[in-house]
Amino acid sequence: MSLEPRQVLAADGTVIDRREPDVSTLATMYAAMTEARLYDRKASALQRQGRLATYAPYEGQEASQVGAVAPLAPEDWLVASYRDAAAMHLHGYPWKNLLLTRMGDERGGHPPEGVNVTPPSITVGGHMIHAVGIAWAEKLKGTGAVALTMFGDGATSEGDFHEAMNFAGVYHVPTVFFCQNNGWAISMPRSRQTASRTIAQKADAYGLPGVLVDGNDVLAVAEVVAEAVDRARAGEGPTLIEALTYRVQGHTTADDDRRYRAREEAAGWLARDPLERVRLWLERHGAWDEARQSGIEAEASRRIEAAVAEAEALESLSAGEIFDAMFDEPTAPLAVQRHRAERSAR
Amino acid sequence: MSVMTLAQALNSALDTALDDPRVVLMGEDIGTTGGVFRITDGLQRKHGSERVIDTPVAESGIVGAAFGMAIAGLRPIVEIQFMGFSYPAYDQVISHVARIRSRSRHRFTAPMVIRLPYGGGIGASEHHSESTEAIYTHIPGLKVVVASTPENAKGLLLAAVDDPDPVIFLEPIRAYRAARGEVPDGRYVTPIGAGMLEQRGSDISLISYGAMMRETRDAAHRLAAEGVSAEVIDLRSLVPLDADMVVASVEKTGRAVVIHEAPLTGGYGAEVVALIQERALYSLRAPVRRVTGWDVSVPLRLAERHYLPSTGRIMSAARDVLEA
Ligand SMILES: Cc1ncc(C[n+]2csc(CCOP(=O)(O)OP(=O)(O)O)c2C)c(N)n1
Repeated sequence: MSLEPRQVLAADGTVIDRREPDVSTLATMYAAMTEARLYDRKASALQRQGRLATYAPYEGQEASQVGAVAPLAPEDWLVASYRDAAAMHLHGYPWKNLLLTRMGDERGGHPPEGVNVTPPSITVGGHMIHAVGIAWAEKLKGTGAVALTMFGDGATSEGDFHEAMNFAGVYHVPTVFFCQNNGWAISMPRSRQTASRTIAQKADAYGLPGVLVDGNDVLAVAEVVAEAVDRARAGEGPTLIEALTYRVQGHTTADDDRRYRAREEAAGWLARDPLERVRLWLERHGAWDEARQSGIEAEASRRIEAAVAEAEALESLSAGEIFDAMFDEPTAPLAVQRHRAERSAR
Repeated sequence: MSVMTLAQALNSALDTALDDPRVVLMGEDIGTTGGVFRITDGLQRKHGSERVIDTPVAESGIVGAAFGMAIAGLRPIVEIQFMGFSYPAYDQVISHVARIRSRSRHRFTAPMVIRLPYGGGIGASEHHSESTEAIYTHIPGLKVVVASTPENAKGLLLAAVDDPDPVIFLEPIRAYRAARGEVPDGRYVTPIGAGMLEQRGSDISLISYGAMMRETRDAAHRLAAEGVSAEVIDLRSLVPLDADMVVASVEKTGRAVVIHEAPLTGGYGAEVVALIQERALYSLRAPVRRVTGWDVSVPLRLAERHYLPSTGRIMSAARDVLEA
C-alpha cells in the first residue's frame, strides 16, 4: 500500500500526471462545493442567532464530502455522520431536513422516499456496520447497489469500526469505508488516536485494500471512490479510503478550539483550500469569471434560504406528536400517556 | 467553605481525590480541554498526563482498561462524555465491572467510578439528553448515586472513589452550572446509601433525585403557598436505596409522589413505589403517583418541553394524591 496520498489537482490548481479533466465535471463539483460552504456558513450563523442547536461545521472538508458521493449512483446508499451535511445533501437529503434536525425537530430525520441516505449518526462509530448490513442486503438481493459510509479519524478507535471492517472483509460485501481524517477528534490529534502511521493501512489486516488520498482534492477523492465503487459493484468487495483533510473550525459551535490547537496549524491548511484550487483551474481554462462565481453563489444562497424559510415555517411537534413515531401502531399504554401529555400541555 | 457550582464542586472533588496516588482519571478530551463540561479543567496540568489521561474515542476500551487498572490496585475514575455514549461500554460494565467480585469470590475487585453526565433540558442533539439510570440500577453489583447540590456532589464523588466497589456516578447536566451552593474545602464524604431529607412536611412526600430536584423543590414551595406541607426527599443514592428514610416519610405523610425524568416503564420510580407498598401500604391514604418522562425517545430541542416533567405536572399529581 502506498503511503503517498493520491493527488490529481495540486493546491496551485495544476493537474498532476493526468489528462486534463473536462470543464463541466469540474464546474459541477465546484458549484457543489460552493453551495456546501455557503450552507456551512449559514448554519453556523443561524446557530449563533439561536436558531439552531449545536452545529458541526465541515469547512475545509468540502472536497472530501463532494468527492465521496459524486461517483455514487442514485440507488447507492450513504450512511454518514453528524459532520457530513454536504455529502448527504449532494446524495439527495434536502437542506431543509438537515436544518430541521439541527433546529431540534425530529422530522429532519425523514428524507423523501427514494433517497437512500440514513439520518446522520450522532454516536461515533456505531453506523459503519450498518453500511455493511445494507450493502450485504443489496448483494443478497442482487441489485448491484453499494453502500458508502463516512466517519472521522476518531471513529476508527471504536470497536465497532473493527467489527464493520471485519464483516465486510469476511462476507466480501460492497461497502466503501470513507474516513475523513480531519486531523482532530474534538481536542485529540490523530496521532493520539492510533499508533499506526495511517488509518488506510488498517485495511490490510482485514484483507481489504486501503487507499490514501488528498482529501482537499476533489478530483482525487472522486477518482479513488469511483475505483472503490466499481470494485464493489463488480463483486470485488470492500475498500477503506482515508482522505487527508482538516477541520478548519471548532469541533462544533460549542467548542473553543483555541484551548487545544494553535492558529498557525489552520493557516497551512487554508493554503490548501479545496475550493481555491478548482477555481484556479477553471480560471486558467477560461471557464470562470466573477459573473459565473456570483451566479452560482446567488443560486446556492437562494436554495439555502428557501430551505431555512421552509424549515422555520414548520410548527414544532406538539405534546401529542412526540408519541407518533415510537411504533407502527401506538401501544395501549402509550396512548394513555399521550392523552396525559396532551392534557398537561393545555 | 466556598460557594461553587455543581461543576466546580466536582472539579474540586476530583482534585482532592487525585491526592491519592492510586487515583487516575480517564476519558475523552478530559486533559487539555478539561472535558466537554470542563469538569476536569486544569487537572491534567496539575497532576500530569499519566494520571489525567486523554483516551481515544472508545468507551468500551476506556471502561475495560479502567477495570483492568482497578483489578491491579489503582482507583480509576472514568468520564464518559454523555450517558448516551456509555452504551458501547455496557458489556464491560455488566459482564465484568459488576461481577468480578462475585466471580472471584472477593479475590479480585473493581473499585472504580464511572461518571455519567445525564439528563435533558439543554436542547441538545440526539443521545445527549438520556436518563437511563434504570439500566444500571438493575444490575447487581453496581452502586448508583446522583447528587443535586454542589455539596453532595463533592462528598458523594469522594465517597464513590473510596468505595471498595464500582460506582456509577450520575451528574445532572442541567444542574452543572445552575446549582450553586456552599461547599466545604478539602476532603469529606457524603455517605453512599443515605438519602437526604431536604424539607420536613406532614401532608405528602415528594421523592426524587438529581436534576429533577429543582422542579420537586419548586413544587413543594408552591404547594406550601396552597397550605400543603410537603416533605422533600433527595434520594441521592439509588443503589443502595435508603429504604428506611422513604418508609418513615410515607408512614408519616401517608401520601407520596415519585419524580424522575427517565421514562415511566421500568423506571427507577417503580422500585420506590414497590418499596412503599411492601413496607408502608397500610399507612397509605392514596395510591402513590409517578411523575416521569414518557416512554418515548427524548425529544430534540423544539419539543423537549413536552417531555421533561414540569413543576406543574408534579403539582397536579400531588393535588390528585391529596384529594384522593
Ligand atoms: C459513542 C460516542 N462517543 C463519544 C461521542 C462524543 N463525540 C462526538 S464527536 C467526537 C469526536 C469524533 O471525532 P472524529 O471521528 O475524528 O470525527 P470529527 O468530529 O472530527 O468529524 C466525540 C468524541 C459520541 N458522539 N459518540
